[in-house]
Amino acid sequence: MRERILAIIEKNSRIELKELAIIMGEPEIEVANELKAMEEEGIICGYHTLIDWEKTNIEKVTALIEVRVTPQRGQGFDNIAERIYKYPEVNSVYLISGGYDLLVTLEGKTLKEVSGFVTDKLSTLETVMSTATHFILKKYKDHGTILKNDEVDERMKVTP
Amino acid sequence: MRDPLARQVVGLKPSGIRKFFDLVAEMPDAISLGVGEPDFDTPWHIRDEGIYSLEKGRTFYTSNSGLIELRTEISNYCKRRLGIDYNPREEMLVTVGGSEAIDLALRAMINPGEGEEVLIPQPSYVSYEPCAILAGAKPVIIELKAENEFRLTAAELEEAITDKTKILVLPFPNNPTGAIMEKEDLEAIAPLIEKHDLYVISDEIYSELTYKGDHVSIASLPGMRERTILINGFSKAYAMTGWRLGYACGPKQIIGQMTKIHQFAIMCAPTTSQYAAVDALRNGDGDVAEMREAYNQRRRYLMHAFSEMGMECFEPFGAFYVFPSIRKFGMTSEEFAMELLKEEEVAVVPGTAFGDCGEGFLRISYAYSLENLKIAMERISRFIQKRAK
Repeated sequence: MRERILAIIEKNSRIELKELAIIMGEPEIEVANELKAMEEEGIICGYHTLIDWEKTNIEKVTALIEVRVTPQRGQGFDNIAERIYKYPEVNSVYLISGGYDLLVTLEGKTLKEVSGFVTDKLSTLETVMSTATHFILKKYKDHGTILKNDEVDERMKVTP
Repeated sequence: MRDPLARQVVGLKPSGIRKFFDLVAEMPDAISLGVGEPDFDTPWHIRDEGIYSLEKGRTFYTSNSGLIELRTEISNYCKRRLGIDYNPREEMLVTVGGSEAIDLALRAMINPGEGEEVLIPQPSYVSYEPCAILAGAKPVIIELKAENEFRLTAAELEEAITDKTKILVLPFPNNPTGAIMEKEDLEAIAPLIEKHDLYVISDEIYSELTYKGDHVSIASLPGMRERTILINGFSKAYAMTGWRLGYACGPKQIIGQMTKIHQFAIMCAPTTSQYAAVDALRNGDGDVAEMREAYNQRRRYLMHAFSEMGMECFEPFGAFYVFPSIRKFGMTSEEFAMELLKEEEVAVVPGTAFGDCGEGFLRISYAYSLENLKIAMERISRFIQKRAK
């Protein structure tokens, strides 16, 4: 049941409990209990909104930053990751296999703000060996959703 | 000048859906629940395979029976999903949609003008009866009943059989009712088919869309394989209606003659579609499961919405249609559908488009997003509240 709930709410977190129970064909109370349990267990970590900021008047700059660090004895990468993810402007921090160690995504109002963070905060951390900053120019698809919104139903309206 | 036309063709009734189509076409804002095809796009990896085959210049005819890679995959599929072994070289034909296969099967088996009877359960898809007539058979309609959840019962079948009966068309999961035939339903009619030496054209185009256990083909029952032409295709399972690709599996003797007609009339099914379909069968199980789950969610939503608004409807377990009864409103199906369209701008198809015994019912398709269905259900609910006695 958990997998089915998650599959639905991953796409639509705003679905009402009643409707969720109906389309799953399960009793409402059981669905509610599972949801609550998954929230408590930290499986469900939040209910966010996917926003295409491009379509608003609000300026946003998003950057992907590759970070190479020296892992610390006994701590691995966790300690340095924590020092980075505690900054509120940091969106996500992933430990990556391959050519670098941490992938940090960052949101700022201006290019200057983002580059300021990289030069002042990130590169000055003593375990950080190097950084490479990539600015996102355009988002085509995010969280499984294509941001271009031009889907029309082209089927004939009545067919046998 | 003499009459250029064939009386037999002129005499065919035009599809009842046509009239409705024209009306709805004039109402651009109407919400339509009248579509008989998936709302999903063909999964991208399948489309990509089609594009790739074009890039590679695979733009030639294939063999009449279809690409051997495709037939091999179809054979694997039948084994994996239905537990039936078909030889891809002799017992299989790739066609232009399931519709062509229906036509071919009837023409390959009927001796025109000899009064051979084809049993057609209704309500059902619109092409069986005209195809039977064009093949020179006498169509005999079996009227299925709501109290049997529109399944074909042994008693109904027995009653319709005469010594002229040659073929039974078995259209399950069913368009328009959404009815399915489960294993025990098939087991109940199989002995009659054997006893009266009938052949079965089993149209299983919706086989992947069942919501109560896996689909069972009549061809998988003992003694039935040699009497059955199994018809399926890619339209519904993989959302590939426009690719026009179906297939028929059955005894070599019948498939061979069907292939002959296909060879002369069609040559071969579209090559691009065939390459795409190979990928559908190899890598498409996950997509089918995902679409099935989405349909099932909508189906549950509609059943709930109908019960809340007091619309009678048996629970259908197949295809993507529900078939509610509107008998209690004292209108014909066509009147109901017409008024609903004018008043609330919701298009549904009157049950009568699928046979006279569809009177008193509507076909409602759930090949639409939940958001769309919700708006439509609000409108239908408002419409029937005004007419509640």
